[in-house]
Amino acid sequence: MSYQEKRSLVNLISAIIVPGIYFWFVFSDSPEIGLNTDELLKFWGTTMITYIPIAIVARIVIHILFGISNAILTKEKMDKMDERDRIIELKSKNIGQAIFGIGLVSAMATQALDYSVTALFACIIIGGVVSEIFENSLQLRFYRRGF
Amino acid sequence: MAKHKISNKIRTLRFMRGEMTQQQLAEQVDVTRQTIVAIEKGKYSPSLELAFRIAQVFEVPLHEVFSYDDKDAS
Repeated sequence: MSYQEKRSLVNLISAIIVPGIYFWFVFSDSPEIGLNTDELLKFWGTTMITYIPIAIVARIVIHILFGISNAILTKEKMDKMDERDRIIELKSKNIGQAIFGIGLVSAMATQALDYSVTALFACIIIGGVVSEIFENSLQLRFYRRGF
Repeated sequence: MAKHKISNKIRTLRFMRGEMTQQQLAEQVDVTRQTIVAIEKGKYSPSLELAFRIAQVFEVPLHEVFSYDDKDAS
């Protein structure tokens, strides 16, 4: 498995694990139950604002750990990005963004259909996670099978 | 069928250059070894600029490295 394939696999795993662990901690005792709309909006706003820096730092730490462990175990140098990497990233990002867009439209639809604020944010989060899973799975596929 | 219309003779040209390694070629044209592997296997069609750089390394014209097969696979 090449460095790029391993990097895509690490991204894929962290795209599942980082939000999974964070939201499991947040919702383990269902703090949102019984809140009115204003309180729910504040709860979700705080949850999302806290999630963003945590996710960024967690990803950076995972990448550093991956880079170090890969260099120690395989003795291979970290590959620089070339034109093929950029095309693969571009193609997979396009599809990932389309999926995230569907998540956003679904989130708006929940409000048009009078669902709760929780449904709105759940759609945004699910859209974000699914788009990242697709993006990294596609990168892995493009690296393995070509495009 | 649109895929794999572009074939190449990079493997042969590397052999004729004293069994040049994929890594050596990759370093000379400033891409990763994985990209050279993908090009050789026909999994990736390089940009025109990269194609010219590869041809320059082997000191042959572009059409001696890459060829375009326009025949329909069906």
